Amino acid sequence: MPTITYRDALNQALREEMKRDETVFLMGEEVGLYQGAYKVSRGLLEEFGAQRVVDTPIAELGFAGIGVGAAMGGLRPVIEFMTWNFAVLALDQIVNSAAKMLYMSGGQVPMPIVFRGPNGAALQLSSQHSQAWESWLAHIPGLKVVAPATPADAKGLLKSAIRDNNPVLVLEGEMLYNNKGDVPEGEILIPIGQAEVKRPGTDVTLICHSKTVSVALKAADQLAGQNVSAEVVDLRSLRPLDEAAILGSIGKTHRAVVVEEGWPQCGVGAQIVDIIQREAFDQLDAPVLRVTQADVPMPYNKQLERLAKPSPEKVVSAARRVLYLD
Amino acid sequence: MATKVVMEALSPTMEEGRLVKWTKAVGDAVKTGDTLAEVETDKAVMELVARADGQLLQQAVAEGATVPVGDIVAYIGAPGEKVAATPAVAAPPPSAKPAGSGERGAVAAAPAPAQAAPAAAAAAVAPDATRVVKASPLARRLAKDKGVDLKLVQGSGPGGRVILRDLAAASGGSALPLPAPRSPVPAAAPGVAFDDVPLTQIRKTIAKRLAASLGPVPHFFLTAEVDMERAAEAREALNQQLGDAGKISFNDIIVKGVALALVKHRACNAWWQDDHIRYWNDVHVGMAVAVEDGLITPVIRNADRKPLSAIGAEARVLAQRARERHLKPEEYTGATFSVSNLGMFDIDQFTAVINPPEAGIVAVGSIVPKPVVEDGQVTVRRRLRLTMSCDHRVIDGATGAAFMKTLKQMLENPLAMLL
Repeated sequence: MPTITYRDALNQALREEMKRDETVFLMGEEVGLYQGAYKVSRGLLEEFGAQRVVDTPIAELGFAGIGVGAAMGGLRPVIEFMTWNFAVLALDQIVNSAAKMLYMSGGQVPMPIVFRGPNGAALQLSSQHSQAWESWLAHIPGLKVVAPATPADAKGLLKSAIRDNNPVLVLEGEMLYNNKGDVPEGEILIPIGQAEVKRPGTDVTLICHSKTVSVALKAADQLAGQNVSAEVVDLRSLRPLDEAAILGSIGKTHRAVVVEEGWPQCGVGAQIVDIIQREAFDQLDAPVLRVTQADVPMPYNKQLERLAKPSPEKVVSAARRVLYLD
Repeated sequence: MATKVVMEALSPTMEEGRLVKWTKAVGDAVKTGDTLAEVETDKAVMELVARADGQLLQQAVAEGATVPVGDIVAYIGAPGEKVAATPAVAAPPPSAKPAGSGERGAVAAAPAPAQAAPAAAAAAVAPDATRVVKASPLARRLAKDKGVDLKLVQGSGPGGRVILRDLAAASGGSALPLPAPRSPVPAAAPGVAFDDVPLTQIRKTIAKRLAASLGPVPHFFLTAEVDMERAAEAREALNQQLGDAGKISFNDIIVKGVALALVKHRACNAWWQDDHIRYWNDVHVGMAVAVEDGLITPVIRNADRKPLSAIGAEARVLAQRARERHLKPEEYTGATFSVSNLGMFDIDQFTAVINPPEAGIVAVGSIVPKPVVEDGQVTVRRRLRLTMSCDHRVIDGATGAAFMKTLKQMLENPLAMLL
């Protein structure tokens, strides 16, 4: 099985889907000549031409709106945001147009659009460029939201997103683009709304997605050294949520820690905790704990930034608490 | 001025105590001598009593917290009186590690007994009846499924919360027997790799005392096999004679034999006292009793002078009180020599650790029928292996061997005990 980067996995997904379906096109800042701010669209302009790989001005609301219009007109646009921090400018098109179109037209107006780009903190990009938006985005009915953690998931989920007839938001990670992983050859399609157990365990469930998957896996390694068997559940999709996978794991371990990059208040983890307490109340042996970003704008200072982010140590500590070990 | 209530040394060796349960609530009237709280010492659960009259103004320690001897646990004063010192309400002192967790929830949540209107009657209220049981949802469901009364399960979670591992012990199916202390070793719960159980006071004491024994005390061991055929016959006859008036066990006979042998071998009835050896005149035999979270050695005093029936009756009462953790300090201190019996566990023979400052202990195995050669013939006889552990600083090899020889003779010829 070839080992490729997350960046190249996304590139493969785009190339394969653009080859497969000529209505698929890519649009965004620097996607063409510059081959993408993070080189996800490398080689695509050359292969598919300027009609299908479209450079835009720095005008997120504008090109998001063009994308929505193109989808209404029967195309399958993939809109790249240089980061989701810039996509807030386009939220009107995402939330008020894309998310509502099928509903308000009674299904008459199609909306098979993908919005994608890096989400969350990288390194020292400071408060405005280090935000994790998933709880904002997954809040909206009419949208699907996926947040792949591995190259294989990135490829499989982007391909599914492009083929989906609903608006799908793909949350990538600047810190993930260089990560390598095994990606099966040939067609891979990962269904939206399906979590995956990234590491089986019996004592405590660590629920995570995107970048926090590696945080949880490191925590699970440390916990194994303390004779604690942690199960790592990667949500992969945030809307729809794979409730069955979450509840199945809780039924086994009876304890959970939810890890996310976002802030605590109204976070994705809050939703997970709600599901667990509602659907698995009698399975719980301890309150579910959450590990999130500190409830502050992301500091620029390197040490403060490190302290503000979720870390394996914080996850280990929370896991020990739900196991009543500390 | 409010009177401070401190953690008292309720046993000779107690250095800290765990406040198991408050029996008086804040606002209750208290008189000197009233029980304020139950405290687990290194040996037993004891009562902490009031040393002043007035009203319980404040509980400074949460249930479940462990507090060094001498630390303030409560204040007694006139109704409405302000407690002078800054109260240590928030948490037990840093040196005191709560057995479960540092949460103060137990005290805050403990309801003032509703029936306590006449304050003096407060003591009569059974706290268990009104106690709010804290349990995890999982523990609650399992308890319901298995018919376990959560009130009878001691929780090891924060604030005494009953959690999965606490229930494991109680999951036999039927409700827990009331007096039985919680087993410290939870049954393995599915999905848990291990359980960390905080040391109980008794377990800490066992660790300290036994490490202070086998390490520094130069042990040596003497094993003898004893023919118990005649002792068994004597026991059967005596029990027939006693009828309903009680039963005599092999252990009673062994305790009696040890006591009588000690009378003849005063060199073994001794304590090592660092700069001297104390040879005792009286014979007090300590009898190791397994309790659910450890062991304790209640003492049968003057065992040499008591009839077997009295030893049997006393041993049973002491063992029962030990299991209920109700032994008084004077009931488990002062032994001059000890006996440890694992015969009921089918142990052939073993070596016991001396309980300092005593100089010896006899380890009793199980009585098993064995082929032995008697008068050139192989016959089957009930045999018992005894192993004496000796502190070589007090007892030399020949001294211990002589004691064992006497003990063997006593047991092989029980009539000798009448002499």
